[in-house]
Amino acid sequence: MTTQTKMQQTGIKKKKPAEVEAPLRRFLSDFFESRVAIFGLSIFLTIVFVAIFAPMISPQDPYDLAQLDILDGRLPPGSENTTYGYTYWLGTDDQGRDMLSGIFYGLRTSLTVGAMSALIALIVGGCIGLFAAYFGGRVDTVIMRIVDIQLSFPSILIALVLMAILGQGTDKIILALVAAQWAYYARTIRGTAMIERQKEYIEAAICLAMSHKRIVFRHLLPNCMPPLIVVATVQVAHAIALEATLSFLGIGLPVTQPSLGLLISNGFEYMLSGKFWISFFPGIALLITIVSINLVGDQLRDVLNPRLRR
Amino acid sequence: MIVFLIRRTFQSVVVLLIMSLLVFVGVYTIGNPVDILISPEATQQEHEAAVKALGLDRPMWEQYRVFLTNALHGNLGDSFVFNEPALKLILQRMPATLELAFGAMFIAVIFGIPLGMVAGIKHHSWIGRAIMSGSILGFSLPTFWVGLMLIMLFAVIFGWLPASGRGETVLLFGIPVSFLTVDGLSHLILPAINLGLFKLSLTIRLTRAGTQENMQLDYVKFARAKGLSNTRVIGVHVLKNILIPVVTVLGLELGNVIAFAVVTETVFAWPGMGKLIIDSIDVLDRPVIVAYLLITVTMFIIINFTVDVLYSILDPRVRLGDVKS
Repeated sequence: MTTQTKMQQTGIKKKKPAEVEAPLRRFLSDFFESRVAIFGLSIFLTIVFVAIFAPMISPQDPYDLAQLDILDGRLPPGSENTTYGYTYWLGTDDQGRDMLSGIFYGLRTSLTVGAMSALIALIVGGCIGLFAAYFGGRVDTVIMRIVDIQLSFPSILIALVLMAILGQGTDKIILALVAAQWAYYARTIRGTAMIERQKEYIEAAICLAMSHKRIVFRHLLPNCMPPLIVVATVQVAHAIALEATLSFLGIGLPVTQPSLGLLISNGFEYMLSGKFWISFFPGIALLITIVSINLVGDQLRDVLNPRLRR
Repeated sequence: MIVFLIRRTFQSVVVLLIMSLLVFVGVYTIGNPVDILISPEATQQEHEAAVKALGLDRPMWEQYRVFLTNALHGNLGDSFVFNEPALKLILQRMPATLELAFGAMFIAVIFGIPLGMVAGIKHHSWIGRAIMSGSILGFSLPTFWVGLMLIMLFAVIFGWLPASGRGETVLLFGIPVSFLTVDGLSHLILPAINLGLFKLSLTIRLTRAGTQENMQLDYVKFARAKGLSNTRVIGVHVLKNILIPVVTVLGLELGNVIAFAVVTETVFAWPGMGKLIIDSIDVLDRPVIVAYLLITVTMFIIINFTVDVLYSILDPRVRLGDVKS
């Protein structure tokens, strides 16, 4: 008898957490199941940390001309600073800038541009996609036709055109990246919202005579978030790579706001004489950033995919 | 099918018109090319004469009207810098870009399909996982940086391959190509690998997904039951079935490769359209920028169109009339 109740109790105990578990907690426990994802996330958080605290942890301020010594130019990794004696772990560039500090500051610019453009593109594209799905009909057809046409052109071409028209600058590159990427968000959210729209809770909300605004943003939007988050992670990585590419081509950020792409571009001319470190290390930093974001994105996709939900 | 063709043609014309207007207005509102092209010491009269000669004194809508009329006659304006028709400049460089793009695609297909099939068949073994990790890396590596590293490794350290230029070319049907000479081929290898790396990763992923899916299907079991060898089942039956999506996606990606050639051409100083556009943006050579964009957009429209039609021929289940709904 007692064993039976015990078994029942344990049975209930085992079952209970699965039923009551909050979505967020389930999401977190699912996410941290993959060691690769934890690894990616920790690397990414480290990079964010480095970027935020760059001024405090960099050996020198690479853009304070008073701290630069032209005689220290193009030193290989491991050389020592002639005046202050600290080591240039990753070498210096042609103006005697410490590459390590340059990378820390460069990460700052790259991450800011990537995150800002992804966020704005998410808001713009998300609103347009929701709008199209909710109202349907002709509005939807026209919007989705524009999205389709835009998506048939590669994002680098769109960004290239806009940068050619707008010229260099942080605000301009963010604008160009948003214009190149909003359509991905619009299409994703529209697809989800079309399915969600058919469900009873939206019908119920309409029957309760709620305002369109309330239905779209309080009821429809939260249920469309998961796929949008996945796309956003991937697009942040894309935005960072795209910005680096444009800066490398000399049509992205101005020289006064060095991103990783510009650092790599600076080292281009010294490559042929074997001074690899000026381009090599910023590229590695860029690579690690993109890979870590992609690893997190891969796991998010698996966890948030309703078809794979356990 | 005919309805589809008509609708698509109409849509393409509209897209081209809108693009030309956007690009024209956009490009023609930036900066003043006269400041760059004329020496600062020029007198007021010389300055005005130059503005007049370039047609920059007229109102914008009229400039656009003139531009559009000329464009329909195949005249996209003369380059401010080279003083030659912009269209001619671009067409001269197009073979180099196309050669590079096809070289990249060739590498992607030749290596991507076998690697993808191996990864799909042995997806639990270390080799499958190694191939997939490699493809993730291929997706994450920025193209321009890989180009630099290739130059460093193969041109600077080993000294095996040249780092820039196109090398010796020969005429093939009147078009200069470099893959038929040893020197030209050695110049082509590095840029083609560089440009093809991304597509290689994509091909691996597509092929792997297709292989995994197809290996579960009944026709594979049936072929095995018939006593066919493993090589034949995989090399003929499965391969045929995974080729359709791979070919479609790669066809659509061809345009992407041409656009990304801008980056590779800059790194390897490959004398194609991409290098021309970057140089033109630097000096604000408006006619060349506009002409490049219009030609690229046209190419994209043609490629997408062709792929859609080919797809419906390759896969009879696809009906083009239904695409819209």
